[in-house]
Amino acid sequence: MAARTTTRLAIGYALAVAFIAAAPLFLDAYWLDVLNSVGLYVLLALSLNLILGDAGLFNMGHAAFYAVGAYTTAILSTRFQIPILWTLPASAVVAALFATLVARPVVHLRGDYLLVVTIGLGEIVRIALVNDVFGLTGGANGIFGIARPTVFGLKIRRPHEFLYLIWAFVAVTVLLFHRLEQSRFGRALNYLREDPVAAEGSGVNTARYRLLAFALGAAWAGMTGTLYAAKMTIISPESFGFWESVVLFLMVILGGSGSIPGVILGATLVVVLPEVFRGFASARMLVFGLVMMVMMVVRPQGLLAFRILRFKESDVRRAGASQ
Amino acid sequence: MSALLEVRGVTKSFGGLTAVSDVSFDVEAGSVVGLIGPNGAGKTTTFNLITGNYRADRGTIRFEDRAIDRMRTHKIVQAGIARTFQNVRLFQQLSAVENVLAGRHCRTKSGALGALLRPPWQVREEREAAARAVEELAFVGLSGHAMELAKNLAYGDQRRLEIARALAADPRLVILDEPAGGMNEQETEELIGLIGRIRKRGITILLIEHDMSLVMRACEHIVVLEYGEKIAEGPPASIQANPRVIEAYLGTEEV
Ligand SMILES: Nc1ncnc2c1ncn2[C@@H]1O[C@H](COP(=O)(O)OP(=O)(O)OP(=O)(O)O)[C@@H](O)[C@H]1O
Ligand SMILES: [Mg+2]
Repeated sequence: MAARTTTRLAIGYALAVAFIAAAPLFLDAYWLDVLNSVGLYVLLALSLNLILGDAGLFNMGHAAFYAVGAYTTAILSTRFQIPILWTLPASAVVAALFATLVARPVVHLRGDYLLVVTIGLGEIVRIALVNDVFGLTGGANGIFGIARPTVFGLKIRRPHEFLYLIWAFVAVTVLLFHRLEQSRFGRALNYLREDPVAAEGSGVNTARYRLLAFALGAAWAGMTGTLYAAKMTIISPESFGFWESVVLFLMVILGGSGSIPGVILGATLVVVLPEVFRGFASARMLVFGLVMMVMMVVRPQGLLAFRILRFKESDVRRAGASQ
Repeated sequence: MSALLEVRGVTKSFGGLTAVSDVSFDVEAGSVVGLIGPNGAGKTTTFNLITGNYRADRGTIRFEDRAIDRMRTHKIVQAGIARTFQNVRLFQQLSAVENVLAGRHCRTKSGALGALLRPPWQVREEREAAARAVEELAFVGLSGHAMELAKNLAYGDQRRLEIARALAADPRLVILDEPAGGMNEQETEELIGLIGRIRKRGITILLIEHDMSLVMRACEHIVVLEYGEKIAEGPPASIQANPRVIEAYLGTEEV
């Protein structure tokens, strides 16, 4: 059974890669841009999934880390003329440090309390950006004139160029996150989610892993911020509001908390469906709300809840034989 | 020579209630020690003090000649004390083998970077950890259940899975909080066998148990608590004959 799941997943990924690679042949610039949006949200949702889905920490302020990454890139690009892609590691590090700093005092809080605190965190970051706290963020207008990224001398400008850049990053992320999921690190996050007391009692430094989940999730959201800033060339605080965090939260819960393919599906649906039903613009949120309610009642585990089993039957047999 | 575990004058209060009051006892290396007493006597609280889940208000706890009463729980596990819980605490949505691997966590090293890059030593570490987990499952008699989710196991099996998880941490002392709780007679009988086999591995055992026949058969030293205080201590025969113990248990259970 486990083997079949893995095969199905591999086929699913192969089809997705083929679709993205060929998309510029049959999609216009508008839909390519939608796909780019999907890619960015998949990255954000996967990064939140580390914190919310894998470690079970209710973070409803994830957009703050996204903002920190985007602003890091924007500032480095406009003030210091640093090439965009070189700012990727800077965004990751700044966002991770920021997350570690703000999460340290609150990360031990129980689920619902942590949720409220992270909402506050998201708002504080947004308000700080609006008020131009360090004289670096350009206030409510934000920062414009962010340079375009160059890859091997090629300037990335048009939607299909961004398509390949963003989705290459998605592909690498999915690969790495699957590896993470299948490791001692990934298991530690799951132990934390399932029962923090038992995790600590089994020898897992739960305080450390809570922070690591936040740091790693924030680092990835920060790098996504870099891609976003590069694609938009202009960023402002309103792109990183409370609603953004709520949407990311929904993507993870809707798709299947803790399941990488589930979260990818969740992010895709939440971005694409409103585009498909553009005609009913006014009823969009209503439908959205209804879908969420029905989902929570009918399928609380998410659409694609399955997770690749870390140890397949064959691994256990092999482990048993090697004694 | 000092004992493996030394509990000295330990006190713990919750608000006005003194759950554990000035309790002292030793656990000698290689022995099986029972901690008994009526409901609410402070047994689980004593365990939680040893494992660092609670901080003692007063008193000291030493393990292998080293103070552990200010250490955090995961550090205490690393120091060599592993435990099970009175009301089974497994990782419900994870498979049995993944549950046991939690015990291996403190004996392995690979971090996030190792997971992402998968160097050969990390792959080897994972393989060895899995082999050990499978071994521990077999040791407690759960060979065929490696891939089952913890929540789908029978209650008695869940208790044994918890023991396997504790053993995977290479403890020198395991402390078991009511290991026979919810088990039927046959399972209890198997548990006594398991306790014997754990001991043969050179692991010291401290256990709380209400099943007196199990305590009398499995333990060579017994500590009795009542209302948070130690009222008796000694080998099973002397405990069974002790008038204070009989009085404490009168109306609740026979000794
Ligand atoms: N976290 C806590 N907060 C407040 N009171 C507590 C706490 N933990 C234990 N107590 C109280 O301390 C006393 C001792 O509890 P403890 O769980 O140690 O008893 P026990 O000997 O394990 O009993 P049982 O055989 O029922 O498991 C009880 O009165 C209990 O209500
Ligand atoms: Mg108890």
